[in-house]
Amino acid sequence: MMLGAVLVMALGALVLGAALGFASVRFHIEGNPLVEKIDAVLPQTQCGQCGYPGCLPYAEAIAAGQAEINRCVPGGQEGVARLADLLGREAQSLDGAEKPKQAALIDEECCIGCTLCIQACPVDAIVGAARQMHTVVASLCTGCELCVKPCPVECIRMEPVPTGVDDWKWQYPVFRMKRVA
Amino acid sequence: MLRLFQFKGGVEPETHKSRSAREAIGEAPLPPIFVVPLHQSVGGHARPLVAAGERVRKGQRIGAADKWVSSAVHAPTSGKVLAIEERVAAHPSGLTTLSVLIEPDGREEWIERAPLDYGAMPPERLRRFLRDSGVVGLGGAVFPSHAKSVAAAVPMEYLVINGAECEPFMTCDDRLMRERAEGVVRGAAIFRDLLEPKRVLIGIEDNKPEAIAAMREAVENVGEDFAVVPVPTRYPTGGARQLIRVLTGKEIPASRRSPEMGVQCFNVGTAYSAWRAVAFGEPVVSRIVTLTGNVEAPRNWEIRLGTPLRDILPLMRPKPDTRRYVMGGPMMGFALPSLEAPIVKASNCIIAASPALFPPPPPEMPCIRCGACAKACPHELQPFELYRFSRARNFDKAREYDLLDCIECGCCGYVCPSHIPLVQYFRFAKSEIAARDQDKRKAEVAKERFERRRAREERDQAEKAERLAKAAAAKAAERQAAPNDAEAAKKALIAAAVERARVQREGVQDQSSIHPLGGN
Repeated sequence: MMLGAVLVMALGALVLGAALGFASVRFHIEGNPLVEKIDAVLPQTQCGQCGYPGCLPYAEAIAAGQAEINRCVPGGQEGVARLADLLGREAQSLDGAEKPKQAALIDEECCIGCTLCIQACPVDAIVGAARQMHTVVASLCTGCELCVKPCPVECIRMEPVPTGVDDWKWQYPVFRMKRVA
Repeated sequence: MLRLFQFKGGVEPETHKSRSAREAIGEAPLPPIFVVPLHQSVGGHARPLVAAGERVRKGQRIGAADKWVSSAVHAPTSGKVLAIEERVAAHPSGLTTLSVLIEPDGREEWIERAPLDYGAMPPERLRRFLRDSGVVGLGGAVFPSHAKSVAAAVPMEYLVINGAECEPFMTCDDRLMRERAEGVVRGAAIFRDLLEPKRVLIGIEDNKPEAIAAMREAVENVGEDFAVVPVPTRYPTGGARQLIRVLTGKEIPASRRSPEMGVQCFNVGTAYSAWRAVAFGEPVVSRIVTLTGNVEAPRNWEIRLGTPLRDILPLMRPKPDTRRYVMGGPMMGFALPSLEAPIVKASNCIIAASPALFPPPPPEMPCIRCGACAKACPHELQPFELYRFSRARNFDKAREYDLLDCIECGCCGYVCPSHIPLVQYFRFAKSEIAARDQDKRKAEVAKERFERRRAREERDQAEKAERLAKAAAAKAAERQAAPNDAEAAKKALIAAAVERARVQREGVQDQSSIHPLGGN
């Protein structure tokens, strides 16, 4: 009687174990899907302001529970909220000051054509050649500031991106109160 | 007889049309200076083709389309280009846009005009011609017409010509159809030839009997089989999707383009301008604008594009209590930011607004979720829910409730018993969503470029390592093959260096013997 129960349990354990083992091989997923989801929320500036060398490493660190979710400055407070939403964590306040959108601008008079900024740009948004003037392709610039420091003649500055008719946004409706008394 | 369908909702505001519809279309005089914005369609920004100081003729292309969904811009008269600079746009933001300033010489000299016989041409050439003639949707949306006149994979069933003109105050399409019906019909035939639909339906609201009669007569005279269909007067019947619904029963969601469902829709003014371009070689340099509202002389005028608002005030003679000028109708229009803003292809109507004509809205009260807005919404949305999410900046949820289907017609706000400016909230939420989508697209591009760069760097490094390894191997092999030679060469090198050092030393000693104090 006792033996029968043990056998039934052992058989059950064996079958279920085999099923689990098969499933883990058959439905194996390369990489961590959570990392991808986190990476999709990050702004992909690759700026390293979070202390990690790019958005993907930061996403991996968050997924591994090694990093706080408030370190991405370009993502802003809204990015923190989105991460908090995704991960079910508490939304902390952003670790840094939010900046308006900006893009790098090279002072073409000063540029000596050293190519250091070209090497620093993570998204290849700077064009130029050795001893030729360099310039930033504004539409590709993510505003990461990584090109500012390497410049030996300090001719790169960050400029806020101006709003045009196309990307102008309607404001949140606000009503002015009238003083009655 | 065509069976008509109905859309749900809609409102019936006071039309205020009779005053401006009485008189025939007038020809507006030349202003002292034209300000012609290069961006006059919802597509790309036209690239300037002229330089300051250059002489231009009427109809000369001054801005070229920069991509497929974009449209050309032309000189509205002959004269001299003064400058190409940023000028305030006819846009609610009050921002500037790149504009060509032209001083007219008063001669109105046209460019060489030649009609286009497109019968034997591939349709692609006709589309390009329309693009280079600046033909865009003159109903107010200014979508480039050539890009709309491409059939999708499904067979085209209907071409709808929109003469509904449902916005209050506006009568420019009404007058156009009464006076230039034949041109409208012939223009519709051009779009018919491009799209090859089974039927062409011209929808006109039944409060315009003269226009309906004129269009019927013109269709007969031209010998086409277009159906002129009176549709019930109800705002917003003139919305493309509403008119398509009324005439064909088809419902088109925001996520799809109407040709995918076998329908396309053009405004009557657009059809007319396409005909002027094809039959006379005249690009779009002017449009009919209703000047009305709080004015002494409400009327429709043919106004050259680029005429600043300031220079058309004498035509409308606004009354002294006019506070602002609304471009478009009272339901969907916006207040122009400045008197310097020019008339553009989207300017179908200018309304002088006074506090008496448009009393300021009573204070906003809390939403009581009565559902009046949902009953009025012609797109069968739930504005009270959209309002809740927009107000809370919950954009994902607002999108889930189909905020992007909202056409901003203003029916919901019109019926709201709490006087909530619902459309303002929706516009806010829609532009925030658009900005987020744009950021997302930019992030995707940045990510791809970053990954490609990383792959390239890794490949470079691997190649370099390989090269170094090869060079080292080659050197080792060389050394093994001729060790004696290498040794001898090294010795010779050392000897040469020793010799050079000795010569240098002697030279220094010589100099110091000449100048014992090391200088003079």
